[in-house]
Amino acid sequence: MNSERPEERDAPEPAEPAAPDGRADGSPIGRRVLLGTLGLGALGVVAAPTLQRGLEAFLGGVSGKDPTGLTGLLPNGGGFRYYSVTASVPRKDDTNYRLTVDGMVDRPASYTLADLRALPQTRLVHDVQCVTGWRVPKTPFEGVRLSTLLDAAGVDPSAGAVRFTCFDGAYTESLTLDQARRSDVLVALKMQDKPVGHNHGGPVRLYVAPMYFYKSAKWLSGITVTRAVRPGYWEERGYDVDAWVGRSNGRDDAPTG
Amino acid sequence: MHPPVEAPARSTRVRRFSRGEKWVHRAAAALMGVCVATAACLYIPALAELVGRRELVVRIHEWAGLLLPVPVLAGSVSRAFRKDLGHLNRWGPHDRIWLRAVLRRDHRRASRPAAKFNAGQKTYAAWIAGATLVMLGTGLLMWFTRLTPLMWRSSATFVHDWLALTVGVVLAGHIGMALGDPEARRGLRTGEVSREWAEREHPLWRP
Repeated sequence: MNSERPEERDAPEPAEPAAPDGRADGSPIGRRVLLGTLGLGALGVVAAPTLQRGLEAFLGGVSGKDPTGLTGLLPNGGGFRYYSVTASVPRKDDTNYRLTVDGMVDRPASYTLADLRALPQTRLVHDVQCVTGWRVPKTPFEGVRLSTLLDAAGVDPSAGAVRFTCFDGAYTESLTLDQARRSDVLVALKMQDKPVGHNHGGPVRLYVAPMYFYKSAKWLSGITVTRAVRPGYWEERGYDVDAWVGRSNGRDDAPTG
Repeated sequence: MHPPVEAPARSTRVRRFSRGEKWVHRAAAALMGVCVATAACLYIPALAELVGRRELVVRIHEWAGLLLPVPVLAGSVSRAFRKDLGHLNRWGPHDRIWLRAVLRRDHRRASRPAAKFNAGQKTYAAWIAGATLVMLGTGLLMWFTRLTPLMWRSSATFVHDWLALTVGVVLAGHIGMALGDPEARRGLRTGEVSREWAEREHPLWRP
């Protein structure tokens, strides 16, 4: 090839095992590591349901005893995650919070926090299941049954659904009237036996026990009775409208309702 | 021709990366950085509360992830880059010696022979390439949920979450190693390293 090669060969150290065209000698281990990683990834997807159940059981047990709370940050580690679809959410309290009930009703209404607290309260304890996979066991929610508010408003017989709006200005949800009248659907004022905090959608959020947690709209400010279901925020982005835990969104979680 | 093999070369700098290669690394690092930063804003509660705007952050994350392989694909038009991929792919006997020394925590230079890339760099390169493709594949399953049975999305999310955590740890190691070796960083910034460094860290490399 060229005249300098023999001199290079004379170098004292063993030569770099590479020919000038870049095709080195030696085994193509790099390619095997890459393909192996791909294979493990595919295997992980296939084995995920089994692995996930095992990890949830294990981490659920550990996180109860973990004082640092770091296990809560692991996937499937338990604990709530904060999701907001907007940049910032105004804070509402006793002074400025209002919940309106309108649409196809005989008696539209507007409730303050004190009004809501004065109504009969129901406490429910179920697991919370997010459609992205995390689950928080046995979380108490307390508040007014949605059916109580609907009955008070007098729903038009030709109505078929309820639409929820939120004071974050963007989030919406909806339920059929039958779903909305279930006894495990609350306008929640308390979560984990404390007033619902701002980050958890306080002071008032929806709680739909048997459905994935995106149905439990945070920062609830409006209840509108409509003729038919209008898909909510995430439902327009691909999630199921009827979001029964374990029977929708392609998931097989244990039911929470 | 009688080239003086030793004399002038000793104190000079030697070329380690071409201009194209430097840009491949910069672009890939920037896209990976965006993926990690947006992932943190989607995943860590304190950051999620601070940033919000979930829809926008998700879009940025998706596009950065989709574009992540592009620098490497574009780089493969460069001969220098293809040649270095060959170096990264092929393992010689010295790479096994290097790995064995690492496992035995043997820090002597002599027991860690390396050519242009040491066995650790080769392992990292191959693994991060594979992991990125797995992240891309599982990410696409989560993105285009209508293309596959929805069941797959949960499984893809599971792999995506755990592998993201692993990638984060490995990436921190990669950056930590670079922070500890200014000359290696200079190599990627300027394309050149000192001959002393090359002979010390990569004794079997013939630049």
